[in-house]
Amino acid sequence: MQHTNTQDTLVGLFVASGIAGLFFLALQVSNLSSFTEHDSYTVTARFENSGGLKVKSPVSSAGVKIGQVSSITFDPKTYESVVKLSIDKQYNTLPDDTTASVFTAGLLGEQYVNLEAGGSEEYLKDGGKIEITQSAIILEKAIGQFLFKSAEEKK
Amino acid sequence: MIELLQQLGKNTRTGFTKLGRGTFFLLQTIAGILSVLPRPRLLLNQMYSVGVLSFLIITISGLFVGMVLGLQGYYILSDFGAEETLGVMVAASLVRELGPVVSALLFAGRAGSALTAEIGLMKATEQLSGMEMMAVDPIKRIISPRFLAGLLSMPLLAALFSAVGIIGGQMVGSGMLGVDEGAYWSQMQANLDFQDDIVNGVIKSIVFGFVASWIALFEGYDAIPTSEGVSRATTRTVVNSAFSILGLDFILTALMFGDN
Repeated sequence: MQHTNTQDTLVGLFVASGIAGLFFLALQVSNLSSFTEHDSYTVTARFENSGGLKVKSPVSSAGVKIGQVSSITFDPKTYESVVKLSIDKQYNTLPDDTTASVFTAGLLGEQYVNLEAGGSEEYLKDGGKIEITQSAIILEKAIGQFLFKSAEEKK
Repeated sequence: MIELLQQLGKNTRTGFTKLGRGTFFLLQTIAGILSVLPRPRLLLNQMYSVGVLSFLIITISGLFVGMVLGLQGYYILSDFGAEETLGVMVAASLVRELGPVVSALLFAGRAGSALTAEIGLMKATEQLSGMEMMAVDPIKRIISPRFLAGLLSMPLLAALFSAVGIIGGQMVGSGMLGVDEGAYWSQMQANLDFQDDIVNGVIKSIVFGFVASWIALFEGYDAIPTSEGVSRATTRTVVNSAFSILGLDFILTALMFGDN
């Protein structure tokens, strides 16, 4: 009987540590704890070009992450990219003339949406629209423009 | 020439017959799981020999694999000035691939071979036919509890392997090599997804546990009841499990991570 008791304890310990490992992976390793959908609100921004922006790219303001991109679709009528941003509920005081721009973190880093607050007294609401947007800077385009310009100057 | 063809045909036929027997055996085993549930003691004993006894080899291997990943990852990433992403590299490779695969290979070597040898020896010493004589179904009594124990233990072992590995990578990365600890964890959390990475890793380990237990039990049950037959069956368990695990891993990876 003594033998089975220690065996039971060891099996219990094994199962508990396995479950603890799963919890560790879920909470400490993945992004499960950091952001949940239900306590956020969604605003839409239309970009002429959203560049390398992806679903789940961060949305930040003044360098602080306040939300994430929830969907990116192409509007075939206006030829724009429609980006839905879900922003944490606690930051519900963004003015409705906020500017959204697609920036790159570092030289080769991932792209993110930067929100710069305007001066309006009205706040953005759930389902609201960000009117002023600035597209992603496409590196090839910028280099092309630069080369074109220097060739012009040489003439 | 004709003889060669005859041999080939015979081998193919034996192969298919064995696969058929294996499938039938699997169905019987799964049906037998229902009769294990009222007797948790059988399951508990097998959880001990399959899970608890594999605990040590899994955690120690996980620790070392994580430490090696930390070291190698640091050397490569520091060339690009991207040491901060070490956590992502270690965690993603462990959770997606190495955790399920390496722990399944170790599981096949540690627990699978023991299961085959045990059941093969039971067959060789006619314990299984003895049970049948006493109207005890050996599948329900012997095979199903072991199968269920393997199925339950494997995801736990794989999760432990990954968790210990990530901690090992952190120990080497920020303890020895000076990667910032906060960056290690925060980059990891920002880049790993619960659904895409963790859940898919767990699904992989369940599939591997299923296949490794099935092969080990069937090879034992199907072994030629001599000492040589048991030894051959044990070898086949390890070889076939390794093939199936690695092959299935490719298929599962293609299915799960294809659209990223």
